[in-house]
Amino acid sequence: MPDADTAPRWTPTRIEDAPLVTGQGRFLDDLDPLPGTLTAAIVRSPHPHARIRTVDLSRARRHPGVTAVIGPEEVAAELEPFPLSVTTRMPYFPTGTDKVRYVGEPVAVVVASDRYVAEDAAELVDVEYELLDPVVGVRAALADDAPLLHEDQGSNIATDRTFTFGAVDRAFAEAAQVVTGTYDFPRYSSVPMECYSVVANWTDEPAGPAVEAWANFHGPFTMVPVMAGALGIPTSRVRLHVPADIGGSFGIKAGIYPYVVLLALASKYARTPVRWSEDRVEHLLASSTGADRMMRFEAAVDDDGRITALRADLADNVGAYMRPPEPSTLYRCYGNITGAYRIPAVQIRARAVVTNTMPTGLNRGFGGQQLYFGLERLMDDVARATGLDVVEARCRNLVPADAFPYETPTGGVYDSGNYEAAIRLAVRNADLDELRRRQAAARERGELYGIGLAAVVDPSGTNIGYVGLATPAADRKPGRDKSGSTEHVRVSVDVQGIVTVLLGSVPQGQGHATTARQVAARRLGLPEEQVRVVIEMDTATTPWTVTSGSYSSRFAPLVTSAVVAACDRIAGTVKAAGSVLLETAPEQLELADGTVRVTGDPGRSVLFRHAAGVVHWDPGALPEGTPARLYEEAAFAPREVRAATRDERINSSLCYGFVAELVAVRIDPDTLEITIERVSSVHDAGTVLNQTLLDGQVHGALTQALGGAMYEEFTYSEGGQPTSATFLDYLCPTTAEAGFPLVTDHVVTPSPLTPLGAKGSGEGSSMSFPAAVANAVTDALSPHGLAINQLPVHGTVLFDLLDGVRRPA
Amino acid sequence: MKPAPFAYVRPATLDDAVAELAATDGDGKVLAGGQSLVPVLAMRLGRPGTLVDINAVAGLDGLERRDGALRIGATVRQRHVERSSAAAAVPLLGLALPFVGHRELRSRGTVCGSLAHADPGAELPAVALCLGAALEVTGPRGRRTVRAADFFQGAMTTAVGPDEILTAVQFPAAGPGEGFGFAELARRHGDFALAGVVTRVRSRDGAVAEAVLSGFGVSDRPVTRDVTELVRAAAGEADVETALRPGTEELAREMVDTAGDAHGSQGYRRRLFAVLAARELARAHRRATESPS
Repeated sequence: MPDADTAPRWTPTRIEDAPLVTGQGRFLDDLDPLPGTLTAAIVRSPHPHARIRTVDLSRARRHPGVTAVIGPEEVAAELEPFPLSVTTRMPYFPTGTDKVRYVGEPVAVVVASDRYVAEDAAELVDVEYELLDPVVGVRAALADDAPLLHEDQGSNIATDRTFTFGAVDRAFAEAAQVVTGTYDFPRYSSVPMECYSVVANWTDEPAGPAVEAWANFHGPFTMVPVMAGALGIPTSRVRLHVPADIGGSFGIKAGIYPYVVLLALASKYARTPVRWSEDRVEHLLASSTGADRMMRFEAAVDDDGRITALRADLADNVGAYMRPPEPSTLYRCYGNITGAYRIPAVQIRARAVVTNTMPTGLNRGFGGQQLYFGLERLMDDVARATGLDVVEARCRNLVPADAFPYETPTGGVYDSGNYEAAIRLAVRNADLDELRRRQAAARERGELYGIGLAAVVDPSGTNIGYVGLATPAADRKPGRDKSGSTEHVRVSVDVQGIVTVLLGSVPQGQGHATTARQVAARRLGLPEEQVRVVIEMDTATTPWTVTSGSYSSRFAPLVTSAVVAACDRIAGTVKAAGSVLLETAPEQLELADGTVRVTGDPGRSVLFRHAAGVVHWDPGALPEGTPARLYEEAAFAPREVRAATRDERINSSLCYGFVAELVAVRIDPDTLEITIERVSSVHDAGTVLNQTLLDGQVHGALTQALGGAMYEEFTYSEGGQPTSATFLDYLCPTTAEAGFPLVTDHVVTPSPLTPLGAKGSGEGSSMSFPAAVANAVTDALSPHGLAINQLPVHGTVLFDLLDGVRRPA
Repeated sequence: MKPAPFAYVRPATLDDAVAELAATDGDGKVLAGGQSLVPVLAMRLGRPGTLVDINAVAGLDGLERRDGALRIGATVRQRHVERSSAAAAVPLLGLALPFVGHRELRSRGTVCGSLAHADPGAELPAVALCLGAALEVTGPRGRRTVRAADFFQGAMTTAVGPDEILTAVQFPAAGPGEGFGFAELARRHGDFALAGVVTRVRSRDGAVAEAVLSGFGVSDRPVTRDVTELVRAAAGEADVETALRPGTEELAREMVDTAGDAHGSQGYRRRLFAVLAARELARAHRRATESPS
């Protein structure tokens, strides 16, 4: 059980901020780790779908200043396809080899003296293409006569599985009514300020080839063996460094690993280290994006408005390749696919299709924004069908507060929560009654005004075993199961008593150092100034595992738990050393105020650093059995996170938080502009470790979700050409758009599974807010009988919808 | 996103600048604020052989009232005009400039650069058109003055020849009995407009003497109409804006001929144009009536 108090902690400043706001941040492009590094430019496909007929690199190779040029031939000859997460005949290399399958797909790499020369020479790479018909969108990919991206697969379907739990068909047969909805979730990203950046160096050593690389990659480190697999060398021969400063990612930079492999190969040919920094056009064309999803939900509803069974048919567009860790978008929320609701029976069809578009991957909320857009739109449709208020329709179906730990039909185990309390708090903070009065008055005037709600279970601490479900149980080899959400840390104390915490969490601005320092200082009874945190990653020296990295909101539940475990071992050694100086049994001692002191007799104390000094300077004095060791590595590997069962259930995350969000919108009757009038957002992240940072996560997630709900979308023409490849067309919300009235609040149900009771909460609102906005606009449009079943929603979308009503087809 | 190779010259006099440009034989581009040109170069959408940087050219940085007009030189930054007291003589500049990109862009971008670039979605070309601005163009054959009505010839296309430089623009100062309106709607603040309007109404002895409506973001160039009759007819109504709406809806069908895109269909842009035109013509009328004539 949690032993920290549950009062939130406020941090006036993050220790990360002063260097960043004074220009002292050192990002990868600022670093020059290897002398003599040359610069690469990447030649990319201008076509969405084409066969590569011939490639002529000779003109580019002859260009002055060019050291090496590699193309499809070198890639196919030297590299293995990346190991995929599921067996499918869709081989994936870091460039097109036989064909190109999206605009922006790498085709060749030019290594030159600088980026200008490299781009000049890139124009001299001659590729002859045979154009093929493109496939754009899930529906087109599934069409019977669709062109095939990967002919060997025989279809554009990369994976297609159906899972049934409980008596689904019977529940639908006996239902008082069935509510059905079809919802399309859009394709958008989180566009970090800093783009991808890689420095790679291939060396041939007596022991074999080795690759040393620097990248602003943040995990999951399962991708290290994937990179090694493509390079055809052991994982131990790949050394990856990640700098302390990364300018944001939100999951997007997990997609950088193919470039590490590509640049390593370029380095092999150039016989020199090579660097490449992605520019914004490259980023918007060809980095990574959240997956768009076509989905159909069906709810069997009884006379009381209770949902007795759910059917979910999900079809993700993963882009041109099923780049690992896809198809994880389908499975990340597997254990919580029934959301906040106690639904006993569920059927899931999980499909991923390939199309001639940028490959997909992690994006803040990963899999959650897609799922909850369908599920929470459906809940509003259930409310409408049953005549219940949207709050009441949900509350009737919630997992009740006394049901925790609650096991979902799909194997998720919700560790703690009080969903109804959170929804009621969100409603109260929003002053829903007053909003309803405003709405009534607006409708009297013939204006459009709507109120929307979304309630989502917010998973954190992913169990990487979920992707195993993409492979049928019968095909999963016994003894090769996968599970886990392990995190490692190392804590050490130097001769002056300064504590160093070494993290493998690879943050990109979240403030891990601030929080880790706070947790360690508190655990060791030290002022925070006596703790320093190191966040640079070096796979040769930082403790790591395949699950390391920054994703799935794992810092608060997992990393801090490992910090606690390591600090507790340090505390044991320091107390043992203190017992020598204080001539008291270690069990009588406590760590507080920078001292080791006798519990109940604080006057008898020695400084922490003096006790630590005994271990360094006079280890012979330590009690029998006390190791003279002031560095401790700890792994937090919760047993609740197990591999998928033979009957296809999995607890897909360690912790499950909660978000209840209420949004009110007003629509200008003339211009159809949507104004967000009020947002009330209530989060349950378990014990709040740091209120300032948590608020920052909520604000950030809301702003990114605002992008997906109303502004941002990767769009393609019918011919497969990207139509949003610059910031003129890919519209990220700015402060001018994000300044809506917001009330945030918290319900705290500590997790029983983490020592501090904390859960993750970096993503919650990115899952809930798009659905809440769509529900609010749908509510506003309800006098016209219109609904928002796809995003983003903005003026021209509303105009076209309303125009359709005025002029029925 | 690195430009193709180009030559760069930074002349100190206008004569030298004209000579340098002429020497490029049509393969040169004038660089002032660079807020549109540099991205075009970086994306290799344009690859001029020579950039003639006019920022050091003496005499192009003037901002002055002269002969009933505000004259703005080619290197005067948008932000400088926005903050200048002299610009009060042309109220429309004060209304429009805050919508030109963002403050950071305006601190480098020039008024003349925006006019010479002639993006169909840009604000300042429509202001120039609505006010009947005069544009001074200098080339090997000397200086000529082009009226705004003749200046904008299509998307990114103007009357400036390949060997000429837009050296200044003169916006007429507001006269007695004149009122103005400006509005645009964009997906986000700072974006090019989905539809934008600039309005000017001049009243004399309480009657509408002249009314002009200009639009941007709705065609391949800024467009303008004399709407004196329309405004005169609505002027007597209690609710001028509502009275104008049927007329502006008709004008929208005629003036908005852009095909539209994902940000705004043609139909939506027409609706926005009609709404904004009625609103801003009514506002200009109100201001004109309140202004002493």
